[in-house]
Amino acid sequence: MTVTTETTTSESFTKIASLDPDEVMTYSFIRDIPISGGKTLALLTLDNGKDHTRPNTLGPKTLLEFARVLDEQKARAARGEIHGLAVTGKPFIFAAGADLSKVSELPDRETGKQMAQLGHWALGKLGELGVPSFTFINGLALGGGVEIPLNSDYRTIDSSVPALALPEVFLGIIPGWGGAWLLPNLIGIENALEVVISNPLKSNRMLKGPQAFELGIADAMFGPANFIENSIAWADGVINGTTKVKRPNEPGKIERAIKWDIAIGVAQKTLESRIGKVAQSPYRALELLKAAKNTDKRTGFAAEDEALADLISGDQFHASIYAFNLVQKRAKRPAGAPDKALARKVTKVGVIGAGLMARQFALLFVRRLQVPVVITDLDQGATDAGVAAIHKEIHDLLEKGRISPDESNRLTALVTGTTNKADFADCDWVIEAIYEELEAKQNVFAEVEKFISPEAVLATNTSSLSVEQIGAKLEHPERVVGFHFFNPVAVMPLIEVVKTPHTNDETLSTAMVTAASLRKNAVITKDTPGFVVNRILAKVLGEAMHAVDTGTPFEVVEESTRPFGLPMTPFELLELVGLKVGAHVLDTHHKAFPDRFFESTNLHRLAELGHIFERDSKGKAKGIDKAALKIVKGGTTPMTASELQVRIEDGLADEIHRMLEDNVVAAAEDIDLCLILGAGYPFQMGGATPYLDRVGASERAFGGTFHTPKIVGVN
Amino acid sequence: MAKQAEVVFVDGVRTPFGRAGEKGMYWNTRADDLVVKAMIGLIDRNPSIPKDRFDDVAIAATTQQGDQGLTIGRTAALLAGLPKSVPGFAIDRMCAGAMTSVTAIAGGIAFGAYDIGIAGGVEHMGRHPMGFGADPNPRFLSEKLVSGEALNMGNTAERIHDRFPHLTKERADRFALASQQKAFAAYENGKLQPDLVPVAIRSETGWGLATRDEALRPETTLEGLAALRTPFRPHGRVTAGNSSGLNDGATASIIASADAAREFGLKPKMRMVSFAFAGVEPEIMGIGPVPSTEKALRKAGLTINDIGLFELNEAFAIQVLSLLDHFGIDDDDPRVNQWGGAIAMGHPLASSGVRLMIQLAAQFAEHPEVRYGLTAMCVGLGQGGSVIWENPNYKGKK
Repeated sequence: MTVTTETTTSESFTKIASLDPDEVMTYSFIRDIPISGGKTLALLTLDNGKDHTRPNTLGPKTLLEFARVLDEQKARAARGEIHGLAVTGKPFIFAAGADLSKVSELPDRETGKQMAQLGHWALGKLGELGVPSFTFINGLALGGGVEIPLNSDYRTIDSSVPALALPEVFLGIIPGWGGAWLLPNLIGIENALEVVISNPLKSNRMLKGPQAFELGIADAMFGPANFIENSIAWADGVINGTTKVKRPNEPGKIERAIKWDIAIGVAQKTLESRIGKVAQSPYRALELLKAAKNTDKRTGFAAEDEALADLISGDQFHASIYAFNLVQKRAKRPAGAPDKALARKVTKVGVIGAGLMARQFALLFVRRLQVPVVITDLDQGATDAGVAAIHKEIHDLLEKGRISPDESNRLTALVTGTTNKADFADCDWVIEAIYEELEAKQNVFAEVEKFISPEAVLATNTSSLSVEQIGAKLEHPERVVGFHFFNPVAVMPLIEVVKTPHTNDETLSTAMVTAASLRKNAVITKDTPGFVVNRILAKVLGEAMHAVDTGTPFEVVEESTRPFGLPMTPFELLELVGLKVGAHVLDTHHKAFPDRFFESTNLHRLAELGHIFERDSKGKAKGIDKAALKIVKGGTTPMTASELQVRIEDGLADEIHRMLEDNVVAAAEDIDLCLILGAGYPFQMGGATPYLDRVGASERAFGGTFHTPKIVGVN
Repeated sequence: MAKQAEVVFVDGVRTPFGRAGEKGMYWNTRADDLVVKAMIGLIDRNPSIPKDRFDDVAIAATTQQGDQGLTIGRTAALLAGLPKSVPGFAIDRMCAGAMTSVTAIAGGIAFGAYDIGIAGGVEHMGRHPMGFGADPNPRFLSEKLVSGEALNMGNTAERIHDRFPHLTKERADRFALASQQKAFAAYENGKLQPDLVPVAIRSETGWGLATRDEALRPETTLEGLAALRTPFRPHGRVTAGNSSGLNDGATASIIASADAAREFGLKPKMRMVSFAFAGVEPEIMGIGPVPSTEKALRKAGLTINDIGLFELNEAFAIQVLSLLDHFGIDDDDPRVNQWGGAIAMGHPLASSGVRLMIQLAAQFAEHPEVRYGLTAMCVGLGQGGSVIWENPNYKGKK
């Protein structure tokens, strides 16, 4: 085992330091602060000289400078010139950790390991100064930005810190600068599991200042108005012995002897049932946390070095960084979006339909746009019921304390119902959410068009019809756009914005800007069946049903998709969306692409039955329902799991390749973005295309790859 | 009918005063943050007062724009974490801003409208030079209401020398030197530090902490002072050495009725006896405290001989000397500015009034033999302000 030793010097890291000539340095500035008793606190400020939109990051050169400054301070401490050292950040930002875009460019495993060792070596100096070390967590702290405080002897935190997290597991790696060993030994195993594993897997949930304090990550918390002043005074108290530090969450003997292993065991089971065993980083993190129980720091850090080196050089991390950039960057600048300046202002919204979907739309529009929303349905009774249901939702938000009484009154007054389409006259945006029938949709649009201005946008939430066809009876089809939400509307972050051959830029821009106002990520797609998400799902589900129909057992089908690491099996997904809806989606796609998509009569029959799984009283699946087994009996050409896996992979690669050839979206990145946001496809797959490239499906399906070079590890 | 009340000075704190400008320690610190830090420091050390009991917050600033605009008393109250139910307002009487904050709150208390309030001031002269953006009415000049020179405080100080030729430059320099020496001694003896609220200061090279006035020059000598140039007139008498500088800083105080102080278990540091403001010719604004002090003494039924301690704002040495001379007090009378003054510590215009009160209050505690004290200051455009205080620690005959 290689570990950093006393002989490690900055020379040991020259290779890694030379990798990024353009590293934005975060400097370590020292200023002396007089404290009581004539003593001195050296205050180290991390500052990259840019404003808060460019957070401090911890690249190799930054770490080397940090280490050099700490060495100087250690020498000063030895001379009696300083009596403590505290690290803090620039306004609003402590540090956002390593610059991961660069980490993904590391050339080999050995360099990845150096990255881990460099962090341990540099941050570890905080424990070797000969005087107490502190971190004043004054703002955003992520990853390495949390490991600096963890490597310090004491920590204070600003109560207004918006986010503190160890997001490594979310990105396919582990906290490898001490976090995995130090955190459980500071705040206990259960709290550490939450911070290192559970939160990253909950869409990268982060802690606010008070939560971090509550968990024991900081020893003291102060308000933002005089955070630095109070932290200095607190450190003064610790250095001069007047402040005693209590750590109630620090694990004791009993926790180590009993609770620790139990907690790890529970976490392991929860992980397996929630995300399966494909994703590597949560399990590597779990191993490290488990070992932290009774290993010393040196051993713990060495284990982190190895784990980080393995993961950084692996496929999953590279796919995860790709996925992360899609969600963080591409989603915010959608490909093909026209100039925002072309967007029309939406000052009133009309919703056609008052059913479940329409109500969700009305609520979302009124909350986010805060403009009048008028809904309509076939008769007064249905309309009134819709309005009443929306008003109740608003009232529930008030009861939960999510909105104030004034806001509740405002929103309630904004939502009205009508059966007279003339009340839509001054709407700038009308969205329909009626049943999926072409003629019905054509007619309601044509009817509304008589009253609204020629520029008002007509949006449809159709998932299976042609948007162009829906606008076929209109005088102004250029104002029609598809606006495809995912259920539940309030939660799912994706909208597919469907552009027909007639849709003009003003309409498209209005749709994109409106989607952003709704705080959704929009991807522009062509008006082709299933758009993106449903087409991919139909491919997978069609293959799954086809396999069952031809004699492959349900369990084998479920086995075949497990290596993807999807959030659920095909049949769990079918039950979630509803078997009827699922059967309809398969039918639609089969009709559109009969040679590539399967329909399934059995699925219609299963829909009649109402379920596939047999469930216990708590709703947990116990196995496949016997009646379901009976329905699908009779297939004679079963496949093995690996045969089916290859078939699905190749089918997906082929279909996505066709979609790109047909310009359904601008690039493979947009397919992946849709799958991540709309179908929960995992980061470690990079959505779908990096995975299909790396398993060879792209090569088999169309003799190429989606990405050049492929998004793979460096092993 | 509201009940009239006795007014007391409960407590006061200030930030260390900085040197204005890009090289000054507060260049990267906002004005509102300065006064908010002072207020929080003050509120934190008087925890027995429920925050929702503050009836009003008066904060002064001379140049009310940018980060010291927007009704700073209200914004500062919100930023300092006072409940939204606590109102606030902004005050401007140039150099006597904080003093006027105190008298405004005191007036409200005396009338019975308030029980307790916060009064203070702030001036970030680095970010907001005096008179910046002002648009004086052309009638001032066309009708010769005020000469152009009146807007330049250094010129008005030279005019005092003109009027009182026996108040020489050498006397002014000697007074300035003493101010530096007394301030240095006060710091050495820990007199000022207890009422300073440290301020975290940001620079391009990291966070620091302001714990001491930045403009102090303990190394000052008479020879050095004599050699300084006179920027306001060739061969003039007013120099950077015998004037206060351009500074950044903030002050805050708690003013209460005697009853409210009792209710909250607070021990008042001073009792307000009287106050007065007065106007003089703007061209010689520095003599303003003479008529305001005479008026305040008259209202109090006291004479200058009753005053045992003086805290006089040293906008200019000559301007303090003119007051002392008027009342027949020696230049180096030990009752005057025992711990030095604005020449050494600095004069962030609208914050200085409360600094005088903080120092007088601390001196009262050390001098139970003294019954009355005076805080007084000159004000731009020809004004003076004076507040007379009684020492609650007074042990002598009444």
